[in-house]
Amino acid sequence: MAIYHLQLPLSEEDVKKLQIGDNIYVTGKIVTARDDAHKHALDLHAKGETLPVNFGELGIFHCGPIMQKDETGKWNMVAGGPTTSNRMEIFQDIFIETFGSRLIIGKGGMGPRTTVACEKFGAVYGMFTGGAALLAAKGVKEVLEVHWYDLLGMPECLWVLQVEEFGPLMIGIDAHGNNFFEENRKKTMESKKDAYAIIDKTLEAMH
Amino acid sequence: MFFRSQKEDTQKVDDTSGIKTTIKETAIALLRLSATSLPHDVQQSMQEIKQEVLNHEGALLQISNILDDVELARETSAPMCQDTGIVSFILSVGDQFPLKSELKEILREATGEATKLVPLRPNTVDFFEGNPGNNIDPRGHIPYFYLDLVSGDKLKITAMTKGGGSSNIAKLGMLKPGLGLKGAMQFVIDALAEAGPAGCPPYRIGVGIGGGEDICMNLAKKALLRPLGERHADERVANLENSLMEACNVLPIGPMGVGAGQTVMDVNINLASRHPASLPVGVVFSCWALRHASAIISPDSSVEFVDY
Repeated sequence: MAIYHLQLPLSEEDVKKLQIGDNIYVTGKIVTARDDAHKHALDLHAKGETLPVNFGELGIFHCGPIMQKDETGKWNMVAGGPTTSNRMEIFQDIFIETFGSRLIIGKGGMGPRTTVACEKFGAVYGMFTGGAALLAAKGVKEVLEVHWYDLLGMPECLWVLQVEEFGPLMIGIDAHGNNFFEENRKKTMESKKDAYAIIDKTLEAMH
Repeated sequence: MFFRSQKEDTQKVDDTSGIKTTIKETAIALLRLSATSLPHDVQQSMQEIKQEVLNHEGALLQISNILDDVELARETSAPMCQDTGIVSFILSVGDQFPLKSELKEILREATGEATKLVPLRPNTVDFFEGNPGNNIDPRGHIPYFYLDLVSGDKLKITAMTKGGGSSNIAKLGMLKPGLGLKGAMQFVIDALAEAGPAGCPPYRIGVGIGGGEDICMNLAKKALLRPLGERHADERVANLENSLMEACNVLPIGPMGVGAGQTVMDVNINLASRHPASLPVGVVFSCWALRHASAIISPDSSVEFVDY
């Protein structure tokens, strides 16, 4: 396992050197986007409309934060850990292909469609510790922009964030077709029989 | 006589307004406590899990992040996780407690205020009305209330701020009774394997067996609130809890799915009688951030917070 400190946006070279199990800390700009934001962005793009941000230049963070305005009217992140990424599996590949994003941040892993897109278009998936919302907020230095707030609400809208040493993000999908979580899922399924055996033994002893 | 009776009525109105304020303020305090302060038994469990992964860098990073986040939340009184859930209250209402049906409206108001004050993330999304921004369902279902009627004159409130990620991996099985307890236990293992790391492990798993389709889910959810490590009063069920806990931890999921370290901090089973034709099994997961807080309110407005 290697640890890297990288600037955003990631270069193709950055992406290529990363392997599953590595941990990275990133500095630069990211944007929060979950189910509705992905859907809305792709819908607008299909209609040929201009989008408020360039998703290709930003790290994509699966996150629905708690934000609060201070006295001056400026937004601050109170808490902002990752949300479950697998919900975005249904359109993440098209998203990567359409916008050229190189870094997807979330938790829980993603599936085969995203894995193929990461390999084909040179992107990686990094996992931030689920639930560690205050650690995430600590890495956010400034809330730069907010879009679609009225349309999608606080958790679902786009928050553009300036982050510093944001991480660790464990590489769950690399740009070489490897998926840590899929591999581990197979191991998990195979070990079910050993778990069953423990139950069988207990039930037998109870009879 | 008439005059005196009037006076008593006026006095009574004042009494309830005092206790109403106490209930509301206590509920807000409980929502804050729940969202920002992880019960000590859960934190202790995370510490123990950490000790076992000192040699696995990936797992150590994850569990250390969790523990750091818990500490930050306690110090700054900010929500440890951005997902503060669909708010629910578990209420045990004493026969002589002065308020009954009004409790719901008071707790709805408390939820709206806590959303701004703590703050909680506005999580109630209506398909037609959108997100009102206050965690109150415009159709009246949320916050959700679990009600129990008890003897005595006190009100016990438990506030629960359970995240959506771990709720998404819950499972209901209406099994064939012929599969027996073995089938029920395997169903739990299958549910965990299927969930993988999607709901933020280390998990706590609540299992409800019997009753009906809704009853088993309810029993499973309430099992999450037992003190960590407590075993079922029936030794046979306790035996199954221990066995299931051991079996679940054979699966190589680990903290946040890194493939090493403990996956499950505890498993608790609630058992109810079942219909002869049914074997309902409910499996409810909590993420590592198992968040709840309780207080007991007396008619004289004194409040005792329960320490976890």
